[in-house]
Amino acid sequence: MKQKTRLAEHVIKMILFLCALVTVLTTAGIIWVLFSESISFFQTVSLKEFLTDTEWTPLFTQKHFGILPLVSGTLLTTFIAILVALPVGLTIAIYLNEYASKRFRKVIKPVLEILAAVPTVVYGFFALVVMTPFLQKIIPDLPGFNALSPGIIMGIMIIPFVSSLSEDALFAVPQSLRDASYGMGATRLQTVFRVLLPAASSGIVSAVILAVSRAIGETMIVAIAAGQQPNLTFNPLESVETITTYIVQVSLGDVPHGSIEYQTIFAAGAMLFVLTLILNNISFQFNRRYRQKYE
Amino acid sequence: MTQIHSDTSQKEAQSKVKLSARNIFVDYGAEHVLKDVSIDIPEKTVTALIGPSGCGKSTFLRLFNRMNDHLEGFQRKGEILIDGEDIYHDQKHLEELRETVGMVFQKPNPFPKSIYENVAYGLRIRGVKDKKRLDQVVEESLIKAALFDEVKDHLKKNALSLSGGQQQRLCLARSLAVDPSILLMDEPASALDPISTAKIEELVEELKKKHTILIVTHNLQQARRVSDQTAFLYFGELVEYGNTEQVFTQPKEEQTAHYIGGRFG
Ligand SMILES: Nc1ncnc2c1ncn2[C@@H]1O[C@H](COP(=O)(O)OP(=O)(O)OP(=O)(O)O)[C@@H](O)[C@H]1O
Ligand SMILES: [Mg+2]
Repeated sequence: MKQKTRLAEHVIKMILFLCALVTVLTTAGIIWVLFSESISFFQTVSLKEFLTDTEWTPLFTQKHFGILPLVSGTLLTTFIAILVALPVGLTIAIYLNEYASKRFRKVIKPVLEILAAVPTVVYGFFALVVMTPFLQKIIPDLPGFNALSPGIIMGIMIIPFVSSLSEDALFAVPQSLRDASYGMGATRLQTVFRVLLPAASSGIVSAVILAVSRAIGETMIVAIAAGQQPNLTFNPLESVETITTYIVQVSLGDVPHGSIEYQTIFAAGAMLFVLTLILNNISFQFNRRYRQKYE
Repeated sequence: MTQIHSDTSQKEAQSKVKLSARNIFVDYGAEHVLKDVSIDIPEKTVTALIGPSGCGKSTFLRLFNRMNDHLEGFQRKGEILIDGEDIYHDQKHLEELRETVGMVFQKPNPFPKSIYENVAYGLRIRGVKDKKRLDQVVEESLIKAALFDEVKDHLKKNALSLSGGQQQRLCLARSLAVDPSILLMDEPASALDPISTAKIEELVEELKKKHTILIVTHNLQQARRVSDQTAFLYFGELVEYGNTEQVFTQPKEEQTAHYIGGRFG
């Protein structure tokens, strides 16, 4: 009997270990492919050119391999998205946590989560055929492909990332701190801004960084509505191409395996990977430094 | 620990009534939590609220700064008077009320901010920006709460780095910073070690020179040490209220004698 349980214990342990191993191996595999292909790329193109050249034209005869236009396109659309998602998401989180009734919260939370569940191709289409024409009424010169429209739509898509995690962070602030603040005569708004938001800040930063990572990696919306021309600009009214869009564009084309054009996919992918890694690192550092511990 | 015996009979006779409850009934939904409680509390004295768990002590205490108002199902009948003014009827502004009535909670609950910002909080939310005034009030309040000497060299340090006893005195300093005339304390020492508890008791003794204090406690020795009057609540009813010495040595009601005897004698 005893031996049997011990055996079962062993088997379960092995299975769990294998599950963990699969995820680790997959990640390791991705990193391996990404960087080994990138290494061949960097044997042809210098890292300096990659990081400083201001043009990205690997598919033309006059080839340039400067990643900056793709990075700027990525950062620009992401920035617009966060500009939309942060205030809206945070307001929703504050409202749901501190003002709304329990019943309202119960109804509205699943509705919000739906935003994140809509297929991104629908969002992309919406950006192209609804948002852009709408914006063109306000800004007549706006080109059909631009960074603004998909940026805004992407912002709407990531609202639940910001609101839901921020809400968790606010919810985790102990009731005793609210009592302390109200007991001192503070209003609700004062309590929110002076006590709750600072106390929840590490969670909110994590929420924003997760949302940023999501926006940086987002492909469909920008591929459909932002255009496919690498453009080193921070003007939201211009057409831009993001790293992800470029990767899709080349993957769908028929560049020969092993050619330099083929390798650019991996170099761009590595760049994306590095960007996300930097963000995760910032999030980690921030959490370590500012996390408040409550019993 | 020092045994502080209260000697108040002559003082009590002449001091005016600061707080009153008149025929207070409180329900949470269908549950009757306080039943027809009336009490007069003299100015600048310490009143201990004792009674078994769940008898309504905290609920009663929180009536005086209206901290129950937003709780679900809370309903109140009757009047709470401060200096003769009904704080519920007069729609007195909460901010103003809570400037008059400070509160210290059971578990120390400093904000995750610096020591300085914790004490300055009450002034900051009232729009005080003058650095000199803030500095002065922070220092004075910390001195009143007997914490200044321990923290004066690191006012910028996070309040959460203090010990439990220090945190509770910090919370006291935070309350004192807006100069309340009334202090509500809900088991302020129940989460503290004996030395910190003794410090809080000494402070209560000191603070009653200027403040009217209501203190909830499960520690009957503590009630006896620090209070002038004692109120015994039992299942939402005020069974007995009177001079602390009398309540403890010659209780008029059998229930009181039973509770004190069981817990104390
Ligand atoms: N927010 C609330 N909602 C519903 N019922 C409540 C609420 N707060 C307290 N009660 C009920 O009111 C009664 C009195 O509670 P209260 O906290 O005032 O008791 P207490 O004397 O302070 O007890 P303790 O000594 O355990 O702190 C209890 O029966 C409790 O269940
Ligand atoms: Mg209580």
